[in-house]
Amino acid sequence: MLLIKNGRVLDPSSGTDASLDVLLDGSRISKVGASLSASNVEVFDAAGMIVAPGFIDLHCHLREPGQELSETIETGTRAAARGGFTAVCTMPNTQPINDNASVTRGIVERAAAAGAVRVWPIGAASVGSKGEALAEIAAMRDAGIVAVSDDGKPVATARLMRQVMDYCRALDLPVIDHCEDPSLFAGGVMREGPRSIRLGLKGIPAQSESICVGRDVEVAMLTGARLHIAHMSTRASLEYVRAAKKQGLPVTCEVTPHHFTLIDEDVRYDSHYKMNPPLASREDRAALIEGLADGSVDAIATDHAPHHPSSKDVEFDRAPFGITGFETALALGLSELVHPGKISLKRLVELFTTGPARVLGIERKIAADEPADLTIFSPDVAWTFRAADSPSKSRNTPFDGRSFRGAPMATVVAGRIVYRR
Amino acid sequence: MLQRLQHLLGIEDLTREQISFILDQAKPFQEFHRHPLKKLATLRGKTVALAFFENSTRTRISFATAAARLGADTMNLQAESSSLKKGESLLDTLWTLEAMRPDGIVIRHSSSGAPEFVAQRLGIPVVNAGDGTHEHPTQALLDALTIRDRKRKLDGLHVTILGDILHSRVARSNIHLLSKFGAHITLCGPAMWVPRDLESLAPNVRRVSRVDEALDGADVIIVLRVQTERLHEPMLAAEEYILQFQLTPERLRLAGPDTLVLHPGPMNRGLEIDPSVADGPQSGVLEQVTNGLAIRMALLYHLVGGAALEAAPAPGTTGKE
Repeated sequence: MLLIKNGRVLDPSSGTDASLDVLLDGSRISKVGASLSASNVEVFDAAGMIVAPGFIDLHCHLREPGQELSETIETGTRAAARGGFTAVCTMPNTQPINDNASVTRGIVERAAAAGAVRVWPIGAASVGSKGEALAEIAAMRDAGIVAVSDDGKPVATARLMRQVMDYCRALDLPVIDHCEDPSLFAGGVMREGPRSIRLGLKGIPAQSESICVGRDVEVAMLTGARLHIAHMSTRASLEYVRAAKKQGLPVTCEVTPHHFTLIDEDVRYDSHYKMNPPLASREDRAALIEGLADGSVDAIATDHAPHHPSSKDVEFDRAPFGITGFETALALGLSELVHPGKISLKRLVELFTTGPARVLGIERKIAADEPADLTIFSPDVAWTFRAADSPSKSRNTPFDGRSFRGAPMATVVAGRIVYRR
Repeated sequence: MLQRLQHLLGIEDLTREQISFILDQAKPFQEFHRHPLKKLATLRGKTVALAFFENSTRTRISFATAAARLGADTMNLQAESSSLKKGESLLDTLWTLEAMRPDGIVIRHSSSGAPEFVAQRLGIPVVNAGDGTHEHPTQALLDALTIRDRKRKLDGLHVTILGDILHSRVARSNIHLLSKFGAHITLCGPAMWVPRDLESLAPNVRRVSRVDEALDGADVIIVLRVQTERLHEPMLAAEEYILQFQLTPERLRLAGPDTLVLHPGPMNRGLEIDPSVADGPQSGVLEQVTNGLAIRMALLYHLVGGAALEAAPAPGTTGKE
């Protein structure tokens, strides 16, 4: 039994925002109330801290199986725990691709054995994510996937998207799409604009993303399936999502911490600024923050994409896309969004908890009999992120050395403290 | 105050004073090339590594000759023979080169930013001999020297750059350099190669779509090489290019009898430039080649030889900051 005392319980699902104690009994929450006491319990003093439902990351890459030099389920989930995440959805672009139930089962078993937090696999939409035949989605669902995606690239054609969506609607699974138009993307390495011109780096126009979002929203209209836009980065994409929501379509989207923090003007010849989608314009960032505030954006997701230093320490245009993100996500949300007054603390918690839960079709709350997954954080503690201290196998982050206000203090999964600051 | 250069990575971060200093330093080397005995001992015992990860004949020979005339030895690494072909990373290749203790490295690479990447990781002076579509600083310096000699000044000139600006490192370096001297820069070429964002590179840069208007009143015309592989993506027929943008004697007349014509070479005669213009009295192309040697000698002398600037150098500063 674990008793979390004196914390400020912030639960967006019920609107609770009060000083309450939470008693955990095994893997479930047993009681929530004022001044709880119990004998024979471990007590965690959460005075001055926020007690929130367990954070969910809808988008990460744990690189296992197949790319264990960059990350493993063990190292990745330890980094996730340090970031306050109690559950992470891992994308299927491993080696082999998670496009069948045996790969899914392998991930689930490995996570049960070595995972510090819950791992919810996402299955490929098409075999090998090649954009041709449908993957074994029903079998993967039975093995534990929570969504499908060909992440790393878009679902190849509108026709395939229609089939995937029809199929997944019947299975009640969300379809997550990495939106880009390959012909416009065309070997680009950063966002097209004044900065790409100055650096002489091949630009990717903003429309590469929004054309694909527009296509997907049209197909969602045709099929009525649940569509989730991954790592959305532009105003135009957001407008498509807003319009779809207005029509009552089950369309959702996520934004990464790096896209609400950095912009194309920050890019220099340092592959830690190379990610896909690329850092967007100042105007796009403003639109994303507006969407995070007004509810059009459903979740903050990290797109934690570890790459071994030897693959990132190369010329900018030869480096792979992606940065790590677990350990800086909450701190960036607090420092970039909450402290400057752009969104409320409650809204930030929503974006890490009930928001992503709703995308997956589940609930997330602090109440008796609910799973004992909690994220306890301080909105104020001052600290400096050191990539070298990370349990992740990779160091590819532009936030190394950055100072923050606010950090996870403890991560509780199934009643157990898996990380404590 | 003049800041001592540690590297030459690009023109963008140089000051006007630093540029003028390099041009002035090149002056004596221009004279030197007329001597019958073209060898100095200034850099005797020094080694310059020439790391050309992208094919180049003119620039490589120019740097090699500049180093030789200063008395330096050179180490050559060429794309075809380099271990890059065998999958070695840039970093590994450079550490191997560095282990042979060169005193400076001249690098050409198809990746924009590669010289900066190298400069941050090696402890020797780095000279950018052209990186991707980013910069080609020695080309802009030799162009500036040629312009200054012919026009007797560098300030406030009207300069038109003609061709594929988007993919041109020569254009970027020239825009940065000339703009620091108050030039009015006009860009002209097929519209997909002259995107609007180019105007944000420097003050007083404008785009003009009609060549007649772009050439009107130009003191200097820089004709860029059409990279013929670009004519295929997207498909643009050479005839279309010639019809609209070739610098012909008729078009040159629109600019004026004193207008200087430059071309970074190698030229596609009959494509971007009419042969009679390339060989005519208004052409500065051969002076560009000679001035290239002078500029590169001045730079190697300064960077590798460690020649101090006349003003007191600020310790620990680089040309990049």
